[in-house]
Amino acid sequence: MSSRRAFVAGAAAITVLPFAPALATPDAMAAAIKEVTGDASIRESRVKLDLPPLVENGNAVPLTVSVESPMTEADHVKAIHVFNEKNPQPHVFDIRLGPSNGKAQVSTRIKLAASQKVVAIAETSSGEFFSASADVIVTLAACVEDII
Amino acid sequence: MNGVRSAFGLAVVFGATFALAQQGSMDKRRSGYQDMGAALQKMQDDDSANPGMLFVQLGGQLWNKPVGVANKSCADCHGAVASMQGVAARYPAIPKGRDRPIDLEGRINLCRTENQQSEPLAPESRDLLSLEAYVAYQSRGQPIAPPDDSRLASFRDRGAEIFRLRQGQLNLSCAICHDDNAGQKLAGVTVPEAHPTGYPIYRLEWQALGSLKRRLRNCVVGIRAEAYPYDSPDYVALELFLMDRARGMPLEAPGVRP
Amino acid sequence: MSNVLINAPKAAKPGEVIEIKALILHPMETGFRAGTNGQIIPRNIIERFVATWNGTEIFTMAFSPAIAANPFVSFFTVARESGAIGFRWTGDGDFKVEEQVVIAVG
Repeated sequence: MSSRRAFVAGAAAITVLPFAPALATPDAMAAAIKEVTGDASIRESRVKLDLPPLVENGNAVPLTVSVESPMTEADHVKAIHVFNEKNPQPHVFDIRLGPSNGKAQVSTRIKLAASQKVVAIAETSSGEFFSASADVIVTLAACVEDII
Repeated sequence: MNGVRSAFGLAVVFGATFALAQQGSMDKRRSGYQDMGAALQKMQDDDSANPGMLFVQLGGQLWNKPVGVANKSCADCHGAVASMQGVAARYPAIPKGRDRPIDLEGRINLCRTENQQSEPLAPESRDLLSLEAYVAYQSRGQPIAPPDDSRLASFRDRGAEIFRLRQGQLNLSCAICHDDNAGQKLAGVTVPEAHPTGYPIYRLEWQALGSLKRRLRNCVVGIRAEAYPYDSPDYVALELFLMDRARGMPLEAPGVRP
Repeated sequence: MSNVLINAPKAAKPGEVIEIKALILHPMETGFRAGTNGQIIPRNIIERFVATWNGTEIFTMAFSPAIAANPFVSFFTVARESGAIGFRWTGDGDFKVEEQVVIAVG
């Protein structure tokens, strides 16, 4: 089980999978993160990832990412990338920001296929990376219908 | 296109509106809203985030659209939609000149066929659900108020009978879960009391808006019984019973539910 | 037939940080679900959401199949001059929806 330290250290030993896995794995998430951050170190600070710890249905999970930043021309968040570890593919969304946003915060609703970890990585104008992660337990509403 | 922005001129409603509405009273009944986590309650309360509001907006467009041989829109007869305040709170009801109750969808389709001289809208179709959402939205916050019509008694009794009937391979009745075990957990989820306070609801499971009929069908399939056909009077009978059981609880349409 | 709900202030002071919310009707079919016939239902998602202020890009979001159906986005921007805040969603199947709202700044 991949721990946060594995990708924070930009672990070199990540295998590139030759085909798309049926379900993503923590390794696939680590690989996707590395595509964004390269070998740069990632600090677990400044980023706040708001997700309910327990979710009644994984089809629409409210999520908010906010990053402490003055959002000035000299020092701002230029991108936020969000990843997951157990959906069929590891990406959730990417946003581009600039000083004209005033506040580095975005809210949306995401799909989570199973209980898993979600990771948000913020990239600043100076090329630094900050992150936060959250573990979400996903339950399913009882009494469902057959797919029509 | 100004219609696109908060078209209903309503301030965004935050806060546990519906929980508060009942807290002050002795009423111990719980809407499904109160069994949801804070994040979903917030989704329901915020008109700019509640996906059901997309359907309310669609309903608003349909309200003004002339259809049928009569080339009439809802507005042509009913005027502004504010005239629909309280309507959803008192359905199912028996239409004039008839002897059996119909639900709100049945009433919309009766208008379609008799007054607009058009085809009825298909069950669970987007247009029917949108109109239903638009009309039910006008009763948001109003207490459920079944009409005082003695003719409804036998139909309501039929609904009570179905509610207590053991059905399906799991041999469960509605009452066993929703009366006897409400508040307990089933597969990690709290069993609700099953009050129809939010319909039509945006159910996350469906990723769409749906009617009480659709939810009842889910229950029936859930206990491994065969879902009644869409035009079965048993749905109306059940809804009559459920609305009576939820009498006085505020309507939340369009609700959000898992 | 697009169906969009935008929530943005009608007026703001210059330099004020305002919140903009956008909700759009879209099935966001992931391409990972199988129908009752066992066949995969083809992917049909919004791929990109762009907001502009009088034509200048102020916010861009790349969606994935992990964004929920009927997607909702809220972001912030500094109020600049009066004008139009534009929104554009594009995606699979030549999906393209554009909307705008006006805002008075001063």
